Amino acid sequence: MSPDHVILEMRSITKEFPGVKALSDVSITVKRGEIHAICGENGAGKSTLMKVLSGVYPAGTYTGDIIYQGQNVHFKDIRSSEEAGIVIIHQELALIPELSITENIFLGNEPTKWGAIDWITAKKTALELLARVGLRDNPDTLIKNIGVGKQQLVEIAKALNKSVKVLILDEPTAALNESDSMHLLDLIRGLKGKGISSIMISHKLNEIEQVADSITIIRDGKTIETLDVVADGVNEDRIIRGMVGRSLESRFPDRTPHIGEVFFEVRDWTVQHPQIAERMVVKRSSLNVRKGEIVGIAGLMGAGRTELAMSIFGRSYGNFISGHLYKDGKEIVLRSVADAIDHGLAYVSEDRKALGLNLLDDVKRSVVSAKLSKISSGPVVNDSKEFGIAEEYRKSLRIKTPSVNAGVSKLSGGNQQKVVLAKWMFTDPDLLILDEPTRGIDVGAKYEIYGIIQQLAEQGKGVILISSELPELLGLADRIYTVFEGAITDCIPAESADPETLMKSMTSARKKVQSI
Amino acid sequence: MSENTSTRTGALGDLKKMFGSGSSNLRQFGILFSLIAIILLFQYLTDGLTLSSGNLINLVSQYSYILILAIGMVMVIIAGHIDLSVGSVAAFVGIVVATAMRDWNFPWPLAILLGLVVGMLIGAWQGAWVAYVGVPAFIVTLAGMLIFRGGNQVIGNANTVPVPDGFTIIGSGYLPEVGPNTGFNNLTLLLGLIIVLAVVASEWRARRVQKIMGSTPAPLWASIVKVVLLCAVIVYASVLFAGGRVGTSFPVSGIILGVLVLFYAFVTRNTIFGRHVYAVGGNKLAAELSGVKSRRVNFLVMMNMSILAALAGMIFVARSVASGPQDGLSWELDAIAAVFIGGAAVSGGIGTVVGSIIGGLVMAVLNNGLQLLGVGSDWVQIIKGMVLLVAVGVDVWNKSQGRPSIIGLLTRKKKTTEFPAEPPLVVPDTGTPESARPPATRPN
Ligand SMILES: Nc1ncnc2c1ncn2[C@@H]1O[C@H](COP(=O)(O)OP(=O)(O)OP(=O)(O)O)[C@@H](O)[C@H]1O
Ligand SMILES: [Mg+2]
Repeated sequence: MSPDHVILEMRSITKEFPGVKALSDVSITVKRGEIHAICGENGAGKSTLMKVLSGVYPAGTYTGDIIYQGQNVHFKDIRSSEEAGIVIIHQELALIPELSITENIFLGNEPTKWGAIDWITAKKTALELLARVGLRDNPDTLIKNIGVGKQQLVEIAKALNKSVKVLILDEPTAALNESDSMHLLDLIRGLKGKGISSIMISHKLNEIEQVADSITIIRDGKTIETLDVVADGVNEDRIIRGMVGRSLESRFPDRTPHIGEVFFEVRDWTVQHPQIAERMVVKRSSLNVRKGEIVGIAGLMGAGRTELAMSIFGRSYGNFISGHLYKDGKEIVLRSVADAIDHGLAYVSEDRKALGLNLLDDVKRSVVSAKLSKISSGPVVNDSKEFGIAEEYRKSLRIKTPSVNAGVSKLSGGNQQKVVLAKWMFTDPDLLILDEPTRGIDVGAKYEIYGIIQQLAEQGKGVILISSELPELLGLADRIYTVFEGAITDCIPAESADPETLMKSMTSARKKVQSI
Repeated sequence: MSENTSTRTGALGDLKKMFGSGSSNLRQFGILFSLIAIILLFQYLTDGLTLSSGNLINLVSQYSYILILAIGMVMVIIAGHIDLSVGSVAAFVGIVVATAMRDWNFPWPLAILLGLVVGMLIGAWQGAWVAYVGVPAFIVTLAGMLIFRGGNQVIGNANTVPVPDGFTIIGSGYLPEVGPNTGFNNLTLLLGLIIVLAVVASEWRARRVQKIMGSTPAPLWASIVKVVLLCAVIVYASVLFAGGRVGTSFPVSGIILGVLVLFYAFVTRNTIFGRHVYAVGGNKLAAELSGVKSRRVNFLVMMNMSILAALAGMIFVARSVASGPQDGLSWELDAIAAVFIGGAAVSGGIGTVVGSIIGGLVMAVLNNGLQLLGVGSDWVQIIKGMVLLVAVGVDVWNKSQGRPSIIGLLTRKKKTTEFPAEPPLVVPDTGTPESARPPATRPN
């Protein structure tokens, strides 16, 4: 390999945080026009490595060299790396919801004419960029009115506008549904044809197998190996072996379900959009959950799955219009989240940063935050109980953190998710509603979380599992409801479910489901 | 690895550990450090006048009401709000209480109760607007600032209303003389002794808790040094307070303040309600989805602030023996400044009662010291403004560098020098990239 094929090299990067060595002596080499995947377990240091590369952690805060286009570079902030053509797209998108697509694309980079922003040029360029990423929306549309999938494309358009040479994508498809993911991956492949290299972090190994040219595997802050996908004949199992250090026999733990009676029921549930009065986000939906059962909910992004779950959970979303909830044969009315928790419901949100955690808190406080009364005598919180409980969960869920006194903002994405799970397990719910619980979680941890879900079901609890990953639903659920445009369209027992039938019910208003 | 970092910061690390671990404690340590520095500076500049009995006693009774406001204000700010009305509310309650005693013949204990109730009603009024109507606290309390200032002038006809003797105890009373004549005020000495015992006990308990929690406590010598230092300070202070001019000793308002600090420090740190205040300020949506009733929290926090403002107003009136139309002018600014110097974040979710008290003391000592030096109030204001700006600036800057507070500034240089020297900007020979690649274990 001659050096001019190499666009970027990171050599012996070491990065320490107080008490944590996030990276030690990590090196990667990215060739011109390749898609280079970075794989590793949660907390392995993938995001940190990319933050070093993109100047989020400026030169001087790490050791090692970054050689970019033959030059040893020292980026002092994101701007300087962007000027050099290295653009990072973080998992939490950095778009401004109240601004239009055009305004977002040119934010901080506005074309000017006589000192004023030249909106005509801007719009023209925006249209060209949007065409390149395959987005046909009006560039005047506000960001908040387009879905996450499209927002991701806007981010890429924004990157293209900065004449990007190395595009870094940190878990770009984590929040996308299958078809949006496919579109995005196609786009990245297309960019490769134009000589743009991409570095992609993802826990969706099937995607990596499809698009990546080479893969660097990181474990515990160290480079384990770099694989050439074609030459080494890499498949998913091979990647997992590198990540975990051993092979995983199966993706789902074994389980024989012990399903009892229906103990939770939702009838004719209708919910109005919080702002738009004419719009019903949930329409006359009914479903039930049995003891010891894992009930899946499948639907496309925006179908109203989250809205359904949150409105059940103490009316925490939208305006409640009508419907009834029954638990253990009795009707219950949940006017607030506190009510819901008291009645044994728990809801693990899909958006851990915005809705799941107080990022200013430490791990131990977060774990107990949804049921402080459990560790309090009267109004007084017992600190040592809190510590003990947090420690238990740290061990049983294998949360990777130097201590439970560490702030949750310092945990890697996957470990933050485990903290959220711990928080809701601590409330000891009868019905656990999980909204995309494995988003951004590595294969090993996924397996663990599946095990935990099954264990909860084994204890006779009911679980509602909302997931965009069909294999996950098929592998875990005993029964799957499909949702389309706010209405439940079908209820399919696990035995007869397959991706095709699910997809069909998820994309069309078929029949009204009859309770089984 | 953790060992690595603690050895890196060396002696200063241990020093920091002496005052507990955790970032909020470190931050408090930084402010405490500045407070001590300022006290020593003025002690030097005023030729020992700063730490004289008379001045200390004066300092406490002159600033206790601002510190009481700071207690309430820090909770408001943690919850993500602000209260601009405290000065006006204090003045309003002051005039109501004074009028009640003069015109309606309220006995003074009942008048105090009345004052607290009025404060509570005002707080409920403002809290309802903030929590249930959803008007930003800035607006609600800006309105309150005007309304209650005007209310004060309506009730008092823009005149001063004197208060009876009994009432003045809460503002200008001192611990009484009891027991044998020792040349000191015995109760003050006793108070000092109790605090010393409490300090020893709490340090002992803290060490035990730290051990249970698996975090390595500071070495024993550090604990001992810390306790001895603290006790020395307390003993020294109590002797000073006890040895003042005959008839003076530790002020009653100082005792009220102390009780409130203990109570609210406990509430914010150790109770469910306290946790909820932090939760709402840190991430309101997440808090609500965890079952926190954020409206109730907001309501209570605003109400609590007005009750404390009422108390502060009454103490001030008691100290100045009359309630007037100019009472409490710009108190809100002093209280807010104290809270931010004390390490709270404008965006909410961060702050401590103890930190705010220390922040308030920084302002108080500064004010007092400058006055002793005969600096005019024009310059006092300028200096106070600069101190506020610099203190918060250092804090923000350090946080962006991932280090806590002023003490972080001191340890900063040390750390960077321990990084290897910067590599040259352009490596003369890039070499073959292959050589730098990690040994790849190729699968067969
Ligand atoms: N700002 C920080 N302060 C302290 N520790 C941190 C900080 N950021 C990351 N870490 C630690 O560094 C390690 C690597 O984190 P990083 O976010 O890079 O993991 P990751 O590989 O991206 O994981 P995930 O797949 O879960 O996103 C983790 O142990 C994490 O706790
Ligand atoms: Mg990450």
